[in-house]
Amino acid sequence: MKLVVNGAERSFDVPPLKRLLDVLREDLGLTGTKEGCGEGECGACSVLVDGELLNSCLVPVCQVDGATVLTVEGVASQGELTPLQKCFLECGGAQCGICTPGMIVAAHRFLSTGKPATDENVRDAIAGNLCRCTGYAKIVEAIQLAATQAPAAAAAEGARR
Amino acid sequence: MRVLEHQGVVGRSPPRKDGADKVTGRAKYLDDLGFEGQIFGRTVRSQVPHGRIRRIVWDEAFDWSDVVRVTAADIPGENVVHLIEDDQPMLAHDLVRHREEPIALLACADREKLEEALLRVRVEIDELEPLLDPLASTRVFKSYRIEQAPEGLLQAFSSGRVVEGTYRVGHQEQMYIEPQAIAAVPRPDGGVTIYGSMQCPFYIHRALQRLLKLDDAQVAVIQVVTGGGFGGKEDYPSVLAGHAALLARKAGRPVKMVYKREEDIAATTKRHPAIMKYRTAVAEDGTLVALEAEIVMDGGAYVTLSPVVASRGVLHAAGAYRWQHARIDCRVVQTHTPPNGAFRGFGVPQTLFAVESHMERIAAELRIDPLELRRKNALRLGDVLPTGQKLVSSVSAREVLDAVAARSGYLRKRKEYAADEGARRRGIGLSLSFHGAGFTGSGEVKLKPRAGVELTARGARVLSISTDIGQGTITVFSQMAADALGLLLDDLEVAENDTSRVPDSGPTVASRTIMVVGGTITKAAQAMARILQTYVAEVHGVQAAEVSCERGIFSAQGRALAPFAAIAKRYLSERGPLTVIENYRHPPDVHFDDAAYRGDAYPCYGWAATAVEVEVDLDTYQVSLLDVVTATDVGLAIHPVLAEGQVEGGTVQALGYALLEEHVWSQGKLLNTRMQNYLIPTALDVPRMQTTLLENPYPQGPYGAKGIGELPMDGPAPAVVAAVLHATGKLVPELPLSPDRVMRAMEERASPASPVAQRRSAEHGRRP
Amino acid sequence: MIPVTSVRSLSEAYALLKDRPPGLRVLAGGTDFMVAVNARLGLDRIGHVLDIWRLQELRGISLRDGTLRIGALTTYAELMRSPEVLTHLPALAAVSREVGAWAIQNRGTLGGNVCNASPAGDTLPHLLAAEARFVVGGPRGERAVAAAQFFVGYRKTALGADELLQRIDIPIMPGARLVYRKVGTRKAQSVSRTIVAVRATREGGMLRDVRIGAGCVAPVPLRCRRAEAAVEEGGDVRAALEQDIRPVDDVRATAVYRSRVTGNVLLRLLESL
Repeated sequence: MKLVVNGAERSFDVPPLKRLLDVLREDLGLTGTKEGCGEGECGACSVLVDGELLNSCLVPVCQVDGATVLTVEGVASQGELTPLQKCFLECGGAQCGICTPGMIVAAHRFLSTGKPATDENVRDAIAGNLCRCTGYAKIVEAIQLAATQAPAAAAAEGARR
Repeated sequence: MRVLEHQGVVGRSPPRKDGADKVTGRAKYLDDLGFEGQIFGRTVRSQVPHGRIRRIVWDEAFDWSDVVRVTAADIPGENVVHLIEDDQPMLAHDLVRHREEPIALLACADREKLEEALLRVRVEIDELEPLLDPLASTRVFKSYRIEQAPEGLLQAFSSGRVVEGTYRVGHQEQMYIEPQAIAAVPRPDGGVTIYGSMQCPFYIHRALQRLLKLDDAQVAVIQVVTGGGFGGKEDYPSVLAGHAALLARKAGRPVKMVYKREEDIAATTKRHPAIMKYRTAVAEDGTLVALEAEIVMDGGAYVTLSPVVASRGVLHAAGAYRWQHARIDCRVVQTHTPPNGAFRGFGVPQTLFAVESHMERIAAELRIDPLELRRKNALRLGDVLPTGQKLVSSVSAREVLDAVAARSGYLRKRKEYAADEGARRRGIGLSLSFHGAGFTGSGEVKLKPRAGVELTARGARVLSISTDIGQGTITVFSQMAADALGLLLDDLEVAENDTSRVPDSGPTVASRTIMVVGGTITKAAQAMARILQTYVAEVHGVQAAEVSCERGIFSAQGRALAPFAAIAKRYLSERGPLTVIENYRHPPDVHFDDAAYRGDAYPCYGWAATAVEVEVDLDTYQVSLLDVVTATDVGLAIHPVLAEGQVEGGTVQALGYALLEEHVWSQGKLLNTRMQNYLIPTALDVPRMQTTLLENPYPQGPYGAKGIGELPMDGPAPAVVAAVLHATGKLVPELPLSPDRVMRAMEERASPASPVAQRRSAEHGRRP
Repeated sequence: MIPVTSVRSLSEAYALLKDRPPGLRVLAGGTDFMVAVNARLGLDRIGHVLDIWRLQELRGISLRDGTLRIGALTTYAELMRSPEVLTHLPALAAVSREVGAWAIQNRGTLGGNVCNASPAGDTLPHLLAAEARFVVGGPRGERAVAAAQFFVGYRKTALGADELLQRIDIPIMPGARLVYRKVGTRKAQSVSRTIVAVRATREGGMLRDVRIGAGCVAPVPLRCRRAEAAVEEGGDVRAALEQDIRPVDDVRATAVYRSRVTGNVLLRLLESL
């Protein structure tokens, strides 16, 4: 089976029901995506598959053979942090950081839709990403700040991937 | 109120030093790490709450040859999870005292086989009657009594207005998003190195020495990036580390144990449930006169930290108020349920819930506005607490109340919302909270925490065992040391939390990290600064008193002399390493008598007020949050964004405690052990919050700072109760305010005496 | 290792179904199936997995002859964006936004919700109230089953062992409106405490052709027929509803709560029609 992960084609041979999460972490060495619950509730395992936000702990890899995957490691291009990541740093959107990869991917997806970054829209977009440290306040702030900074760029980015 | 006018970085909010790794996915948590030759471990647990183990039956048809098996018989040292009382076995061998109690351990390289192996071992247990009701339990782990002018109690209750209420809170799950995770790596010297997700490496260090009969140098414990703790990784990691170490020792290979979420919820420590009876005598004008309280906390099967939880709970049970007479009894008892432990707040969310809800009851019965009642009785400088402590500095009770009342529009909304009709009713309520910073009583003195700095080629490295579990320890310590040394933040690093390499600054708990440890690091850095100033003076032929360092440049008499890095390199090559470790110095005027339980329980207190606006849907009894306003006195915010982060995060955990989080038990078995059925707030469940930091400096705190990690957990839940009372006329004295509970409260015949309450009850009864 | 057959056509699927391998389980979006796999629940009872995710024949939404035809593999996200659904059955798009959160909506399917037959299935009261027909097929041919006949027991459907759900057909009734309320446990990622959907046509001061679907109040998603009759006849709706429902206590709510609140919600929905 193969996947195009963060722009690179990767091949592997695993049982068909192996979770995409485990393929990423174990077979492809991409440990940025996390497991928090194993039941699709917490979103720590969020990735983009063919541009759509999914919980990789619920995706059997046989169903995504050949798909394009974006993980947190692929969000920054050539080591340059995106405006979203910089806003997280500026606003204090990460505390313990375990939810952060999933949040970044979900927020990245939200920004690429070009939807207005109202409180309600942003919270709806990250409603499937649980955070226990921040109370969501500075995560929402960071996403809203990022939306003001590079909305067009983000949309173009999202379309490309 | 900004007390600092300086060039430094304390008081500013630079990006956290570990932030870039976290937003890129580079940060490595325990399960992201691999250990050469590692195998995986799992735990065989009791399925009954109380019984005697007859035998362990290993299925003979299963191939056990590549499965490592450990039982109590394999323990070389003492079969104990060393903490306070040493009553908890690492592995049960005779009696089991709670469901999920660990009995045996398995490890295998093949994870599928390991799961299969778990199904092929059976423990035969002769069941005994379990003790499940804390009110019925006579096995008291610890009890306390605090009295203030008790001789006047009788008179006070016979002459004043008596208001009574009973308040209940259940378990709460820490629900750190990273489950418990530990790896144990055996060492050639017969010792073990532990890596993992934890708050207190030295707790594990001490526990393993006893368990494995190892000396100091044979155990090293290293904290890895930790995905949340909130107290849940204070003492429990000692259990998991003990298990992993036993397996590693027997296997001769590293063993990694990462809990699945269900196991984590089912087996690990939770917040202590409490039943709290309050009886107060109040004057007609709202002056609080006398308090009698009886608090029973459920400690679960073993002592763990219960004596300390109960202690902190009882010390805050009178609330942030002046009383004339008090008698407060608190006991924490045993039940046959998984042991409870530390969770942010540590006894105070429970007792403050009771006293603050009780204040609402008093206000309703006396028909006094709840804000006015609180302002009237709120502690001020010079007041004396029930333990006899006189508050001599940094008291902000009224200030935080006023800030929150103003910012939330409290008084206007109290009137406006009272006119709501129809199926949706709004309400606004508030609460006043306070929280002692640092260990209780002589805890810090007994602990003897030490921390410091060492000189590096470009700046300095902070040395302590205080862990960053998300709150920002690495960044804040760097800021404090940077300012003391005159360095840029980038020139500071923080040493890895490795027990074999850094001094024991004590556990990362009790809202002590900035105030106690940061303060000690600051003193050490100041001492290092003086040493370097003297050195620079010698090197450059000037007076030491004239030398200063700012933004990494040494200067004297307005003239730049040399960059810090140049001085450091020179010093290190000429004189060798420079390390300054300081002992924590407890403020000399803070005394607590442990035996009499009187005196200054804490050197200082943080203060907070919370206003919560809700909308109650009378069709579904759901409570929605419309607005949340907090004001928190932190002494001084070393890093305002991180300080706000603590307030916001703690507030939302407390809102979860108030509205969503509930454990459902049946015969000692926890029924909801998944994230799907134990609910914490999502981003849609909480509104944008308005967070205000106040700075009323604590003179003995570093830069005036005092501890705030737990304070935000104390106020929101009773504020929700107050808001729902305003909206519905019903005081629900039990958490969480689930729709079921709100429904039952609405349907009760009896209601508080207020006219609004009566009108609302009558209306509700009229629905078809 | 459990054998998995990922099919790309209905005929491929039917070929496997014809063999009736023991312990055959159908895998669509995985948002329920994989939870059980992750928890290792019932793994030993799964003999073979039929992965239908690539069956394009089970996708697509169209309106034909006054019937909204929704492929079984339509995701909640697709329902939320579909012009046909937004025009003709907006309540179905609306409830889809209340299922889980974005990541679940992108993968969970309407067919999966139907075939799981959980009494808490969020779309099932809608489908009952809308009198949906489930088109099922297999090697023995195709047939349609009325929604009201489909849920035969707790998590049990009328699907034969060699049948797949292919399509959900919903007759569009001009003049009728379908309204609903999901009473969840929190504002996202929540299982319902109760959920009610009502379709009716208002004629003068009366409601006619009333259809009421309710979830979480019985072992199956329920048509509340006595309540329907009471509405049309002007009787005591709440009392009639009490006769229809059989709620229980569970970790989310008590039976009393479900009973009281389902009644409150139903009355409020009727007022709004």
